Amino acid sequence: MTWLSITIAGILTYFTRMTMIALVRRDLLGEKIKAVLAYVPSAVFPAIIFPAIFINDYGTYIEMNDPKIFGALVAIIVGYFSRNVIATIFSGLLSYWIIIFVFLS
Amino acid sequence: MLSKKQLFSRGMLDIAPHMLSVIPFGIICGAIGVDLGFNPYLVYAMSIIIFGGASQIVFLQLLSGGASSLVAVTSVGVINSRHLLYGAVLSEYLEKLSFIKKLLISYVVVDQGFAESNKFFKKNKTEQYLHYHLLGTGITMWVCWQIATLAGIILGSFVPEELGLKFAIPLTFIAIVVQDLKKLDHVIVMLVCGISSLLFFEAPFKSYILISPVIALFVAALLLRLKK
Repeated sequence: MTWLSITIAGILTYFTRMTMIALVRRDLLGEKIKAVLAYVPSAVFPAIIFPAIFINDYGTYIEMNDPKIFGALVAIIVGYFSRNVIATIFSGLLSYWIIIFVFLS
Repeated sequence: MLSKKQLFSRGMLDIAPHMLSVIPFGIICGAIGVDLGFNPYLVYAMSIIIFGGASQIVFLQLLSGGASSLVAVTSVGVINSRHLLYGAVLSEYLEKLSFIKKLLISYVVVDQGFAESNKFFKKNKTEQYLHYHLLGTGITMWVCWQIATLAGIILGSFVPEELGLKFAIPLTFIAIVVQDLKKLDHVIVMLVCGISSLLFFEAPFKSYILISPVIALFVAALLLRLKK
């Protein structure tokens, strides 16, 4: 039963990937839609970022002094100026670790 | 004009930094599946059949929490529906490919790969073999994801949970969008999306991940109209 569910979930997932690439002709999308699509990264990724920072494992909002907020702010500042993915991720993790291991332990 | 091989390597290079968060996340994914009591083969098969980080964890957590298969499958479908938007963006650059190639390349379209290849495509529209960049990002993600989830399944969560490495996931995506903070319209769209995702977090089937981009794109359309 679980195998069947996984297979169906996999097929569904594949369809979400394939539909727009293989089945929809680009000409169907007008210039206006193309202009809106330029915002896709900005319109999608915050839906992954915000809950991962502001909502904890138990589905409740975190406190304003949560170390993840500080880590995210450091990552944003470092990322903005360095334009470097590794520096962004690492600075965020490092500042998060410094707070949880040095200040909160 | 870059060769196929050069474009492929460029894709690999562009996606490589994201492995800093993808690999720990893959290990966690594999370990969680086994921890929840699922057959290790089944947990690993998901990495091939579904190949979608967060949706794999959600699927197993829902099932082990007693949810019906229908709910679990629907949630995976909803979470992964964001790929429709990636496909719509990428289709412009993949138009010239044959139908079969389109079917094949679709399998490796994932968040970070889409983001990095899309950035590259925007700057190099005239390249003939652009899709090799997407293959470079996608295949690198695929290989690392397989190895990482497998490692998590076999070795268990050897990454200590206290390290909080799940936090690397939002950081990866911050790295992807952070340069767009220079543009006010993008900042507005990001805030609308982020705040909506918190407001709709409790919506059924994890649909916040679909609802918030739709709201944000609607706002983007309004902003475009205002700009004119």
